[in-house]
Amino acid sequence: MFLSQTDKHLSLWLRLCTLISATILALIIMFLLAESWPLLKHGVLTQFISDESWHPAQRLYNILPMLSATLLSTLGALTLATPLGIASAMFNRYYAPSFLASGYRRIIELMAGIPSVVYGLWGLTTLAPVINLWHPPGVSLLCAILVLAMMILPTIALTADSALGAIPVVFHQTAAALALSRWGTIRHVLLPLAKSSIGAGIMLATGRAIGETMAVLMVAGNVVQQPDSLFDSVRTLTANIALEMAYAMGDHRAALFVSGLALMLMIILLAGLAEINKRSS
Amino acid sequence: MLKNRLATLLIWLSVILISAVFVVLVLDLVRHGWAELSLAYLVDAPLDAGRGGGIGPIMVSTGLILALTISVAAPLSLATAVFLTEFSSKNSVFSGIIKRSLDVLASVPSIVFGLFGNAFFCVYLGLGFSILSGGLTLACMVLPILIRTFSEGLRAAPDEYRLAAAALGLNRAAALRHFLLPTATPALIAGLMLAIGRAIAETAALIFTSGYVDRMPDSLMDSGRALSIHIYDLSMNVAGGDSHANSAALILISLLFMINTLSSKLAYHWMHKRITCL
Repeated sequence: MFLSQTDKHLSLWLRLCTLISATILALIIMFLLAESWPLLKHGVLTQFISDESWHPAQRLYNILPMLSATLLSTLGALTLATPLGIASAMFNRYYAPSFLASGYRRIIELMAGIPSVVYGLWGLTTLAPVINLWHPPGVSLLCAILVLAMMILPTIALTADSALGAIPVVFHQTAAALALSRWGTIRHVLLPLAKSSIGAGIMLATGRAIGETMAVLMVAGNVVQQPDSLFDSVRTLTANIALEMAYAMGDHRAALFVSGLALMLMIILLAGLAEINKRSS
Repeated sequence: MLKNRLATLLIWLSVILISAVFVVLVLDLVRHGWAELSLAYLVDAPLDAGRGGGIGPIMVSTGLILALTISVAAPLSLATAVFLTEFSSKNSVFSGIIKRSLDVLASVPSIVFGLFGNAFFCVYLGLGFSILSGGLTLACMVLPILIRTFSEGLRAAPDEYRLAAAALGLNRAAALRHFLLPTATPALIAGLMLAIGRAIAETAALIFTSGYVDRMPDSLMDSGRALSIHIYDLSMNVAGGDSHANSAALILISLLFMINTLSSKLAYHWMHKRITCL
């Protein structure tokens, strides 16, 4: 690449800025490790799953109940949001009369833009009381799952929508020539073609659900326990950090940073999975 | 045939369900939040932990945090985007690593940004709970969004512009200034609006960086409460704060809606202006 003198200077400055941008991730991981170090240096990682319970004042740091709350709520939200999100995308592309399609897409986009704290507020003031009528206390794993599902649905719907939109028109024509029904075309031609892009959207949504803090914090009840049913209150890893950071000192603070590291690990694993998914398609 | 009918029915049912939930959500917010709204609410100081009064100082803090976030993140992102699209080859290892790290950064949960901001800005750099810490933390958070949209905008500029500029003997800096950046302006604006929307909606990253204090901030080193944190605090920690929480939520949503609409309007306007002057 030939560069004039001015361009060489510019290039140098740009490279410097780029380095700064790229360092942030490294800084985040470094600081998480450094703050977790007081606990990690003993080298007994098993204490985070083998301690009797989560009682920071007594130096008991079992994060399993929080970890399972995170995983259960994410799994539940995905179970609800995936079919609904894909159905939304199919509606937009193949079922909606044109005057409805653009309006419906706008609704999904607006849902994507609502802040998590507003979802939390709504869940707390509207959804939780309804669940409470059915089975107290209302603020529960179920409420967290429902609110999370609403939050990740737009991600799945919008990515699936653009995945379906990217399918060349020749596939539709061929399917029509073969006299496949509308559902037959979608099920056997279009969905298989869009499979890996839809998968990527689902992984994106999974990351969002795992990392979501405010909404879950407001509607899940925040009792540290292994839930026996959907109506039990739970506390997720993220909610635990948000609740206890304000007063945590010493080893307790380190334990919260360890749960931050655990979250990062899950996100990096997901990014790896997404990469494999991209390569294999 | 039965399957075909059943699929159509299920898809329509899911769409009706989703739309109904959305309508209920918006109606609830408007119904509960409308009563308290007034001009005075926007400018007055909160009274009695937010049960009364308005959100004046909170709007100021939110604005300061946003301004700081954008003024730090935008130049850095623009430089990075220009480097990645114009000054590095597609297959270089350096830019490959950078793109990977930005992809991961984009999916880091906001509470982890909060932890990092607390450890790095508040404690390590000694900025304490301040608007400065909060703004810088959010800047880290919106960086990958800005870089991605900026890069896409630059990449969309046709290669003819680059070739023509080179043929005219312009160096790359001049080509950027006169052709590529003006062409990418709509995308740059759209990216900025996206980042502002993300930053204004953020709560978890701010709790332990910019703090809770609802007084009018005197300087960037003061703690300031952002609008989203105000909503959280009123609904979780203040008994009887629900109606004011709903009003604040209504304002937050309207702001986001305005930003969203403005960005598409602006992008459209710029696109037309550019074409007529070319």
